[in-house]
Amino acid sequence: MSDLWYQLKKNKIAMSGLFMTIILIILAITAPWIAPYDPYEMAPDARFAEPSLAHFLGTDQFGRDILSRIIYGSRISLQVGIISVGLSFVLGTLIGVVAAYYGKWVDAALSRLTDVMFSFPDILLALVIMAILGPSLTNLMIAVGIVYTPIFARIARGSVLSIKNSLFIEAARSMGVSNLKIMWKHILPNSMAPLIVQVTLSFAFAILAEAALSFLGLGVSPDTPSWGIMLSEGKSWMESAWWIAVFPGIAITLAVFSFNVMGDGLRDALDPRLKNESS
Amino acid sequence: MATEEILKVEGLKKYFEVSNGFLRKKSIVKAVDDVSLTVKRGETLGIVGESGCGKSTTGRLLMRLLDATEGTVHFEGENIMEWSRSELKKRRRDFQMIFQDPFASLNPRMKVEEIIEEPLLTIGMEKKERKERVSQLLQDVGIPESYKGRFPHEFSGGQRQRIGIARALALKPKLIIADEPVAALDVSIQAQIINLLMDLQKEYGFTYLFIAHDLSVVQYISDRVGVMYLGQMMELAESDELYEHPLHPYTQALLSAIPVPDIHAKKEKITLTGEVPSPDNPPSGCRFHTRCPIATERCKQEVPEFREIKNGHYVACHEV
Amino acid sequence: MSDYIMEVKDLKTHFHTKKGIVKAVDGVSFKVKKGEILAIVGESGCGKSVTSQSIMRLVGDKKSEEVTGEVLYHGEDLMKKSRLDMQKVRGKDLSMIFQDPMTSLNPAYTVGTQIAEMPMIHEKKGKKSAWNRAVEMLTKVGIPSPAKRAEQYPHQFSGGMRQRGVIAMSLACDPDLIIADEPTTALDVTIQAQVLDIIRDLRDETGTAIIMVTHDLGVVAELCDRVAVMYAGKIVEQGTIEDIFDRPKHPYTQGLLNSVPRPGSRERLKPIEGQPPNLHDLPNGCRFAERCPFVMDQCIEKEPDLLEAESKGHTVACWLEEEGNNDGDRGNTEGRGTEKVF
Repeated sequence: MSDLWYQLKKNKIAMSGLFMTIILIILAITAPWIAPYDPYEMAPDARFAEPSLAHFLGTDQFGRDILSRIIYGSRISLQVGIISVGLSFVLGTLIGVVAAYYGKWVDAALSRLTDVMFSFPDILLALVIMAILGPSLTNLMIAVGIVYTPIFARIARGSVLSIKNSLFIEAARSMGVSNLKIMWKHILPNSMAPLIVQVTLSFAFAILAEAALSFLGLGVSPDTPSWGIMLSEGKSWMESAWWIAVFPGIAITLAVFSFNVMGDGLRDALDPRLKNESS
Repeated sequence: MATEEILKVEGLKKYFEVSNGFLRKKSIVKAVDDVSLTVKRGETLGIVGESGCGKSTTGRLLMRLLDATEGTVHFEGENIMEWSRSELKKRRRDFQMIFQDPFASLNPRMKVEEIIEEPLLTIGMEKKERKERVSQLLQDVGIPESYKGRFPHEFSGGQRQRIGIARALALKPKLIIADEPVAALDVSIQAQIINLLMDLQKEYGFTYLFIAHDLSVVQYISDRVGVMYLGQMMELAESDELYEHPLHPYTQALLSAIPVPDIHAKKEKITLTGEVPSPDNPPSGCRFHTRCPIATERCKQEVPEFREIKNGHYVACHEV
Repeated sequence: MSDYIMEVKDLKTHFHTKKGIVKAVDGVSFKVKKGEILAIVGESGCGKSVTSQSIMRLVGDKKSEEVTGEVLYHGEDLMKKSRLDMQKVRGKDLSMIFQDPMTSLNPAYTVGTQIAEMPMIHEKKGKKSAWNRAVEMLTKVGIPSPAKRAEQYPHQFSGGMRQRGVIAMSLACDPDLIIADEPTTALDVTIQAQVLDIIRDLRDETGTAIIMVTHDLGVVAELCDRVAVMYAGKIVEQGTIEDIFDRPKHPYTQGLLNSVPRPGSRERLKPIEGQPPNLHDLPNGCRFAERCPFVMDQCIEKEPDLLEAESKGHTVACWLEEEGNNDGDRGNTEGRGTEKVF
């Protein structure tokens, strides 16, 4: 673990991603203390206030402080990201590993299932699931999680297939190492890299999906400070009050960017063969 | 030398079904077709042959990494083909394998220590004992103990092969199957590894089954050598006997084809014509007849019997 | 004009990597006479393949690749040629055979088409006569029923056949120099023997000079006239095969010869201990010093030059030679194949 940290530390871009991610987490945790205003509090006399000393990032059409809403919004974004991506990661990896390791009809059945899910556009599939489950934040996270499961399954399957026949797996078998141990100690660690990269990418997508679904009224309630809702609501005021949409947009962009570069850095650091290259 | 048989292989066959694409007829590749041999305790039996002759498949069948189509393999008198999975797991410690590619045969994410420790974990060895054993093994194969925390990619090919050897030795096996253990290495490193294998054998009394394509290496390290061609054993004899009096025309050609790094060794060359036929459609009769310089009508029809010509010298040829 | 087809002078190929400069080839000089087979022999990473690629200008175009020195081909420096001119030379007068016959033929075209392409490009030959040439070449390399085979695709050829196809392709424009990079390494021994026979016959017939890059001393002994032994980017010894096999001077050459098991021999092998040096962190002195059994103080301090030993044309880069203290203290060096020198 200290090794991993050492590797990651050498990668400046990845470190900046990590740094921003940590800031995001701190924001989410300390929101009630650092937010200058109540994110729900409307102030009719301060509607459409431009960024100023009183409101660093301005206010929206109801006079709510945008900075405070963004700080609170990080809670929703992180929550949706962690839970839905966690769900799709665990579910997808399980499906992929089982399919690849056991092969034959198990593989055929699971692969067809994921293919079917793949053939729907992401948002449409999420909409269908939300329509069945009903609108709520929990259901939104479940829906997003299910939507991104096939991609994890597919990556895990490909990754496992490519190393399943490696000589070192055969060597382990020849020494009498059990199947479960081979999966856990040899196959999983060697198939992790692409999955971790996908985690960070999906994290970004999940934040966007939450925004889209919330906009369509299927996620959190419209007054909840969610970056997606802020962005989509602010869209209508782009010409007169650009700050309403732009700042949440920047927040989304930064979050997505930091997850992506961190993922890239992690992938490199996790691969011991690349270690010496980065020095 | 002890003459007790540690391994007795009879009529070993492995057929692979190969599909030629959608809705096409499947063909059967006879990778190993009726191989019989015995390995004596403490000796090195070499198996040599060109690509596709079935030598590696034979090694994997003996390790039960592959299931044989037919035949029996007796290890210390017990038929290993009848062992259940759990029994096999228990008995694995008696026979281990060294692999060809020292780059692919070590898990890149495990430290040297963990790699060598893995077989010890399968028998539930205590931590303290394990650490001691790992140090001993590293010392045996000539890797400084201080390197045990390193990853495989930090080592050269020769050093990796030493790690692979240490892993194979970990459980003090009785039989070690070495599948082309030096093929991927440079000559100067190759010699180091060959010497190491021979020293270890002298010290611990392992039995080796040494599989390789390089006849000069096989002959050097082995007490007896078997020559395979297209899934069948063509000739088997004491190493020196095989070199001095090769009886099978294939062995003779193979011997004469080795380029010798000695410009004064003017030997008579027998250059075989043609290519090795595909094992999914091997020639009838003697499999070598299509390339054999002395083939007769009989060779095309009748499979020659693998029989003992002299004391311990077996050959499968009608013309001998 | 000299009787040398090619003269390589102080060729250096350095790769700039993140870890520093990798001196893959570091000051290599040799000459190739008309009709001779010169072996460049050495172990992996010694720079033998990079040498051949540098001569063909297959490396050197990227920013990270730095090739310096002269490669005089019929007196003309190939290093100074434009890329376009180089393309004209490549495949026509100067052709290359690669190790892997699987990848050196394009799977999408018939073997005949690929061979015929050469005379069509380089000699502006018509389709018909180029095709005839292709069939002729396939005959030359001993492919049975060549007319039929020319119409087949590479996947219908076996490994040995493919390598013959590649050789036929390299011959199609009557080159006067062929660079063969491990042409038989991927082949089985019996097939290797066939291909070596073909290469030897071709040289005898056409007088084409060949640079044979190989790691196999056996192949060298069977096929070549002169040998350059490379170690860590440098030539450490050069001479006729008699010089190298009967009177090897450099401890590395001796070590190589002693490492190979010989058929019928049971003598314990004498490997070279240790590992070759890291190419981006080379020692100041002799590159072999670390593994050399006769290492002296000056070996570690200063690099020896490639100087002529007692017979003409036999050059060695070793302080033992330069000091004239070449035997006596090396009583234990002669193994099999190594005759004691005076």
